[in-house]
Amino acid sequence: MIKCKQATQMLSEKLDRPLSAKEKINLTMHTAICTPCRQFGKQMETIRGLSKSYTKAKKPDEK
Amino acid sequence: MTNANLSVEMDSSAAVNIFQDAVFIEELRTQMLKFAKLQVRDNQLAEDAVQEAMISAYQNIDRFARQAAFKTWVFSILKNKIIDLLRKEKRHTAASQLEDGPNLSGEALIEHLFEENGHWQKDERPKKWDQPEHGVENEHFWRIFDACLDALPAKYGRLFMMREFLEMDTPEICHNEDVSISSLNVTLYRARLRLRECLEDHWFQKEKS
Repeated sequence: MIKCKQATQMLSEKLDRPLSAKEKINLTMHTAICTPCRQFGKQMETIRGLSKSYTKAKKPDEK
Repeated sequence: MTNANLSVEMDSSAAVNIFQDAVFIEELRTQMLKFAKLQVRDNQLAEDAVQEAMISAYQNIDRFARQAAFKTWVFSILKNKIIDLLRKEKRHTAASQLEDGPNLSGEALIEHLFEENGHWQKDERPKKWDQPEHGVENEHFWRIFDACLDALPAKYGRLFMMREFLEMDTPEICHNEDVSISSLNVTLYRARLRLRECLEDHWFQKEKS
């Protein structure tokens, strides 16, 4: 069983490289029972999305 | 500088509108300069890149009636100029030569966040972020985001921005910066750990208190 430390690293690396089948299984099993890591995974996606918006930020009145 | 022609005439009403909004132009310039300087350590080169991006934007101004569209476009020109500069300047400021910097970084950060058994420290566990997407519309959020980026050690910030802002791929970053793939991935992981923590502490949780 992997620990949060490894799981969070995988959740980050998932954005940079394809995970192996084994890594995917380990990660799925871990996040199924670990709420903080599940949040962490969502937040990694959020940070990526926010970074994409960084240079495209619109003024509030131009929605 | 081949397309620099400062004597372009102001012949378009859109150009007049956008470039006459001095506050908008000045803010945009400041933001671009900050963005460029984070990537290109040579200030003069960074300023030149911003200047050139502004000039080519100005020459094509009649395509943009709205400030938001203009901004997106001028940043995409700037991004390409920075990528060019980074390719040329390869050895100059390679990330492999940068220090990890002060503050909690690397192993110290990991030790701070996780217990010895590899689980989250109780009060460091990620909390749920409510409506993360609403930050995009909020100017104050971007100020915090900037501050969190600035707080990253130089090497982290540089590699993170190459990946997330310039959207460079792994082989290109590794080649440019003289780092191994695994070292790049670990650095990105640590950068995201820090950024995540900073955003949670200063924005997502702060709102609730």
